[in-house]
Amino acid sequence: MTHTAETLHTVTLTVNGAERSAQCTARWSLADFLRHELGLTGTHLGCEHGVCGACTVLVDGKSVRGCLMMAVQANGAEVRTIEGLARDDGPLSALQKAFADHHAVQCGFCTPGILMTLVEVLGDTPDIDEREMREALSGNICRCTGYQNIVDAAMAAAKACR
Amino acid sequence: MKPGPFRYHAPRALEEAIGLLSEYGNAKLLAGGQSLMAMLNLRYVMPDDVIDINGLPDLAGISVTDDLIEIGSMTRQRVIEHDAALMRAAPIFRDALTHVGHLQTRNRGTIGGSLCHLDPAAELVALCMLYDATLTVSGKAGERRLPMAEFPAFYMTPSLMPDEILTRITLPRWTEKHGHGFVEFARRHGDFAIIAVGVLLALDRAGNVARCAIVIGGAGAAPLRLKSAEALLIGQRPDPDILAQASATAREIDAMDDNAYSADYRRHLAGVLTGRALRQAVECAA
Repeated sequence: MTHTAETLHTVTLTVNGAERSAQCTARWSLADFLRHELGLTGTHLGCEHGVCGACTVLVDGKSVRGCLMMAVQANGAEVRTIEGLARDDGPLSALQKAFADHHAVQCGFCTPGILMTLVEVLGDTPDIDEREMREALSGNICRCTGYQNIVDAAMAAAKACR
Repeated sequence: MKPGPFRYHAPRALEEAIGLLSEYGNAKLLAGGQSLMAMLNLRYVMPDDVIDINGLPDLAGISVTDDLIEIGSMTRQRVIEHDAALMRAAPIFRDALTHVGHLQTRNRGTIGGSLCHLDPAAELVALCMLYDATLTVSGKAGERRLPMAEFPAFYMTPSLMPDEILTRITLPRWTEKHGHGFVEFARRHGDFAIIAVGVLLALDRAGNVARCAIVIGGAGAAPLRLKSAEALLIGQRPDPDILAQASATAREIDAMDDNAYSADYRRHLAGVLTGRALRQAVECAA
């Protein structure tokens, strides 16, 4: 099968509250679609096989690996990415601020995936304890921070949201 | 790290999906995608056609009755993890599911996908073997049911005809009071298990073992029921000596030998983890 024979699919979805539409072949991942077709480069690709968590976005309220979903599978879905946590010109969200306050960001590569995971986790279990928090964050790798500041920031955000 | 080209199909009815499988010889079904998409990205697999069954109705859902637990093949692992009725009926599922990938992969991953992928270390596959599940599959020739013991054919290959789709998993409940144990060892939490052991154990009024099931995952291509240990335990008080005897049989199993871990190491782990899982089950069986 040659590249030129590939069908272009139109993918229409809601991203951060706005309807977006673009075309891609079936083999485009949701992460690549968000980055290259929609210009939302806050979602990062670390491993492309589902283990690092850098590509985590919310699809219909659930945190998922953007590298393990095809864009065509998100047709009609509601997607939230890191860009949706705050306006470009606006203040940081409470969650983002907690990360800034606790120095939980160094290079920032893992951060969007962690924040989007936390949006789901804090929404589901606002009274989460530290052990559960570490478990919930275990699907996101960070090479820089050693995790402690991330856990502190996440727990502080949980407390602030309660 | 991008897939090769393929045609994408999104059938809306089971018959349509079966028809597509029959028509296309080099096709893969896409369920949760948490295994298949990684394989596609790494080009471990290069199908000409990907048949996305996420749009098929009625394949997801959990039903718990007095005797049976029925789980639709497309039920998300995270949904299973949070189903209160299932957790009451079969609490071992919660213990096992915390080891299945991570919460993000469990949001998409399905029980049917895990079963059909048949990774030797898959916890859900091991649990279905522990419970002697019955699997319902549908194909061109219609619907059939097969026992879990007959489901694995070869390494990562289920006993399915090319046009067949797994639709439902039926687990007979352990209706008597019983305990459960689930222990797994992996190098990092969330990694594939090197060895996982699941135990269900019921005691009679005298405190002797009335019924026991032990499954070892990760040792061979398919999860292994430790029948000799199960038989050994029946009618016995679950004292440390007897549990040690039962665990010792786990050290005799056939185990895979590969670049990562030797057969000896897997056998050693099987022995140790069987002991721990048995102790867990005995503790909550009373």
